[in-house]
Amino acid sequence: MSNHEYTPSSKFGKWFNDRLPLLTLANHLTDYPTPKNLNYWWTFGGILTFCLITQIVTGLVLAMHYIAHADMAFSSVEHIMRDVNYGWLLRYVHANGASMFFLAVYIHIFRSLFYGSYKSPREIIWILGIIIYLLMMAAAFMGYVLPWGQMSFWGATVITNLFSAIPLVGESITTWLWGGYSVDNPTLTRFFTLHYLIPFLILGLVVLHIWALHVPGNNNPVGIDIKKPSKDTVPFHPYIVIKDAFALLMFCIVFALFVFYQPNILGHADNYIEADPLVTPAHIVPEWYLLPFYAILRSVPDKLMGVVAMLSAILILAALPWLDTSKVRSAVFRPLFRQFYWILVADVLILGYVGAMPAEGLYLLIARVATAYYFAHFLIILPVLGWKEKTTPLPLSITEPVLGGSPNLAAARSDEKIEKTIK
Amino acid sequence: MRKLKNIFFVLIFSVIVLNSSNSAEKSPPFLETKWTFKGLFGKFDRASLQRGYQVYTEVCASCHSMKYLTYRNLAEKGGPEFSEAEAKAIAAGFEVTDGPDSTGEMFVRPAKLSDKFVMPYANEQEAKAANGGAYPPDMSVLVKARKGGADYIYSLLLGYSEPPEGVELDDGVYYNKYMYGNKIKMPAPLSDDLIEYTDGTKATAEQMSKDVTNFLMWSAEPHLEQRHKTGFRVIAYLIILTVLVYFTMKKIWSRVESKV
Repeated sequence: MSNHEYTPSSKFGKWFNDRLPLLTLANHLTDYPTPKNLNYWWTFGGILTFCLITQIVTGLVLAMHYIAHADMAFSSVEHIMRDVNYGWLLRYVHANGASMFFLAVYIHIFRSLFYGSYKSPREIIWILGIIIYLLMMAAAFMGYVLPWGQMSFWGATVITNLFSAIPLVGESITTWLWGGYSVDNPTLTRFFTLHYLIPFLILGLVVLHIWALHVPGNNNPVGIDIKKPSKDTVPFHPYIVIKDAFALLMFCIVFALFVFYQPNILGHADNYIEADPLVTPAHIVPEWYLLPFYAILRSVPDKLMGVVAMLSAILILAALPWLDTSKVRSAVFRPLFRQFYWILVADVLILGYVGAMPAEGLYLLIARVATAYYFAHFLIILPVLGWKEKTTPLPLSITEPVLGGSPNLAAARSDEKIEKTIK
Repeated sequence: MRKLKNIFFVLIFSVIVLNSSNSAEKSPPFLETKWTFKGLFGKFDRASLQRGYQVYTEVCASCHSMKYLTYRNLAEKGGPEFSEAEAKAIAAGFEVTDGPDSTGEMFVRPAKLSDKFVMPYANEQEAKAANGGAYPPDMSVLVKARKGGADYIYSLLLGYSEPPEGVELDDGVYYNKYMYGNKIKMPAPLSDDLIEYTDGTKATAEQMSKDVTNFLMWSAEPHLEQRHKTGFRVIAYLIILTVLVYFTMKKIWSRVESKV
């Protein structure tokens, strides 16, 4: 937040800017003071913006050729793959783009968890992010239904059936969602409409997410508040722009490897079989990025409680800024939290793994333990850690750890003193 | 802390053990064969695709449709690349119902390049009735619709054998060690010298299986060659650009006392 008044140099620029301060906004975005110690985990914000735009652009063109009708959806996708110029490229970019989007968003979320970016004063950024994540899951789920393959159909059946677990009105809600008495053409057309709508809602929320970010400014790996602008910051352009560009290019190489050499590896073979309401696939599994939540859903024996557990698993994240009671943001200075953090990462990976396996025997047992641990992490471990954990001393500024600092100063500092210094 | 770490490792370990014990129950490993379409520069073996089409049309097509393919595809780049005249001749060998004409009547005419592959049965019901209740799946995207892809199809075609002792088979059900559940309603479709290849290649069961699988791979991924070619260019471009951007970044960041 640079406080100096910006005045455009040209007369027209000044005239225009007085009426619509676009140039002031552009100036703010280029000058935006950014902590200079941001590591590569911070480049995923830019990467995610790229993913969203890629999905919207490829999706727009695909929608020009796709037919949202139960009898024609599958063959229109084959038409895109075979006869539309570069249709195969558009579809593979869009389909793998969804996976890349989630890969990036998971890194982005876990970066935030590690460096405590969700803590005061960034709670609103975090909650906006959770809403974006929820919308992403809705968009991805509905998008997966559109090709009208076996997994599309049966995935839609399983997920929409979850609503029937709601007491009293559940059945009616499910019928209302379907637009009939089973997943059929009306379901497909409304999913298509919503799949088209949601990305633009996400886009709007992304603007708010970035706006909310630009008020306090970026968190950083050290997690301390810094003066902006100062010698601890660099202007967004060109420093962060070039670094984000470099990271984005690396990301695109991975993206391209999937699109051009393994375009179907992240999908399920059954989705190349046209939807058949009379034949249920042997295993109905969602896309990989939804697997941890699928595992949580199935680990609870009661249907309604399973749905509640699955939703809570996501919504609990929104309460995270208040569940984590520690004043220290970055895990770098929280030796105990750091260990629990990595256990949580492993826990989520295990949930994802068992989510892809049949819910029986040892798999089910592991899913239950991992689910219990997931909730324990947020509801017990984090609140307790906040007042039990002995954190290591924080540096005064970003430059200090970079230049080596002086240990005697650091030793004299406690958390409360840091609080005061910051304020 | 130690305890937690141990629990973590036990969890990981149990997952690994679980996975390996589970894989023991799965179908045997697929038969190995070399596919020219795999790899960074993977391309189809043109002659094999043409032979594969012959196997399809002389054997498979009596039960299996390929409804997303058009006769013109046979002459297109990256496919079997029959000449246009050859593709026209192939199409002309099939009859399609067209119309209505100016008098309102439907009529039968020879197929053209723009026609879809003619289907062996009028509808799914007829196909089921003719095949003991089992529907022979459409083969246009079959390779992508089966786990294991081309390797699976190739192995399945050669995976027929007498059932092991204790396995009872109903009439019209056959034993195949690669099939899910080992029971398949399709009798072994290929046997040595079942057809005579026009190019003189010896038509062993292995040769025909490989050729037809190649053909099915192409039909499922008709733009595979273009995809590989474009992919290589895109990735080469990205790598060069990444290197350039890296050095630009280093130069820009050399102005501040911080490392990137």
